[in-house]
Amino acid sequence: MKYMLLIHVNPAVMATLTDEERASIGDAHGEFIKTIQESGEMIGTQALADPSNTVVVSASGGVPVVTDGPFGEAKEVMGGYYLVDVESKERAIEIAKMIPDLQFDGLTSMEVRPVMFSAGTDM
Amino acid sequence: MTGSGFDAEDLLRRVAPQVLGVLVRRHGQFDACEDAVAEALLAATAQWPDQGAPADPVAWLVTVAGRRLTDLYRSEHARRRREEAVHAQAPADERLAPAAGDEAPQHSDDTLKLLFLCCHPELSPPSQIALTLRAVGGLTTAQIATAFLVPEATMAQRISRAKQRIKATGATFAMPVAAERAERLRAVLHVLYLIFNEGYTATSGPDLLRTDLTVEAIRLTRAVHGLLPGDGEVTGLLALMLLTEARAAARTGPGGELIPLADQDRGRWDADAIREGVALVSEGLKGPTLGEYLLQAAIAAVHGEAPSDSETDWAEIQWLYQVLDRVAGNPMVTLNRAVAIAKVDGPRAGLALLSTLDEDKRIAGHHRVDAVRAHLLELAGDHAAARESYLLAAKRTVSLPEQRYLEERAARLG
Repeated sequence: MKYMLLIHVNPAVMATLTDEERASIGDAHGEFIKTIQESGEMIGTQALADPSNTVVVSASGGVPVVTDGPFGEAKEVMGGYYLVDVESKERAIEIAKMIPDLQFDGLTSMEVRPVMFSAGTDM
Repeated sequence: MTGSGFDAEDLLRRVAPQVLGVLVRRHGQFDACEDAVAEALLAATAQWPDQGAPADPVAWLVTVAGRRLTDLYRSEHARRRREEAVHAQAPADERLAPAAGDEAPQHSDDTLKLLFLCCHPELSPPSQIALTLRAVGGLTTAQIATAFLVPEATMAQRISRAKQRIKATGATFAMPVAAERAERLRAVLHVLYLIFNEGYTATSGPDLLRTDLTVEAIRLTRAVHGLLPGDGEVTGLLALMLLTEARAAARTGPGGELIPLADQDRGRWDADAIREGVALVSEGLKGPTLGEYLLQAAIAAVHGEAPSDSETDWAEIQWLYQVLDRVAGNPMVTLNRAVAIAKVDGPRAGLALLSTLDEDKRIAGHHRVDAVRAHLLELAGDHAAARESYLLAAKRTVSLPEQRYLEERAARLG
């Protein structure tokens, strides 16, 4: 079963971290990736750039409208995702719990959601 | 060499476990042998269709895989000592076909031993499935990856991890001791059942049927049945697969939409498969034990023999579910039993049984509960509540065709 592990990050909490703490999270993601690659569960991952780089395309009067700037006013922003193929929902949750960001309170919430349809990926 | 009717892949897949068995018995080292055989199969796939299959395909593959194994050792300096051991052990007669009476009787045992190894309890089900399909099914990693809609690298890693794990547990290529045999066979059957199910109902994605996996599961289960014809559960599982697969063509409409059992055009059911499945069930029921697969197959046989939904012997089905509940009760059995009871004693009786699942954490939030509840509420004439349950089930399923079906049922009541 495929699960998308969506990483929602709170930028305000991120801003309070030291450089070392941020670097350690990065290193730990490397280890985490290695773990789920070796177990044959990882399909792919992407980390997203800062939301200040975002361009939003929406519709107004049936016409697409392009605006610069972050998407919505949410307290948390989408930081990236891991796509995994696992035995069960329980295992997907177990993997989500391993995300290194979770060692800091309030930094990240993981959204664990089953995939319903895939296309276009190299498989 | 043969003409156009020759199916190299079919032949290769059939002999793959025999070749691996010969190699593992000679050299040990399941993981390295498994790689070597996979490469020999690829070489054969490339050569045989053009050049023709050799007179003794097994001997050819054993030779090529044996050479490949030697190469594998040679390429690793750290394993020099083992390389010498392989040379010492590998007799010159590798190029010769084994004498008919020599290795042939072991082939059947080999397939079983391989299945026991690939379905080792220390492996996770996804690993058991992947390794079984490659080592026993003779499928390539790419084929398995495609069947499960994951990248090849993911599947390759899963297989290699599974083999490492087997090595770490010290499990050997041997029949499990008698005391463990039944439990280990259960694990094998469960893996075959999962492969079939994955093919039959894709857990996600647009295609409800992934035919190749159902065909492969039936092929492997048939092989096990050939080896253990007296085992009621093996017989039952093969029958269950055949009887389920028999309905495949009638199960979806032209647009890929789901058609429930009651509305299926039974003329489109595969009569031969049903006949074979029913015969297997009869054979299995003569045995001493009623296992879960045999009981499920018996239920499928009652459906298979019914000329229409209204002429189905629901009392018999209800009784079988009751027995199944005692033998291997779980929430899914309760769910199905609720449908059968509703057919016999009316929808309210079914709903009453269904409500016993309300507090069951094992199935909480599962869309099937809501779908069955919706169906029974509809039968009971409570259309508003039925519609609500259909919509909840539609929201909860992770299968697109199922979602479409459930939304359509809800719309009919709206």
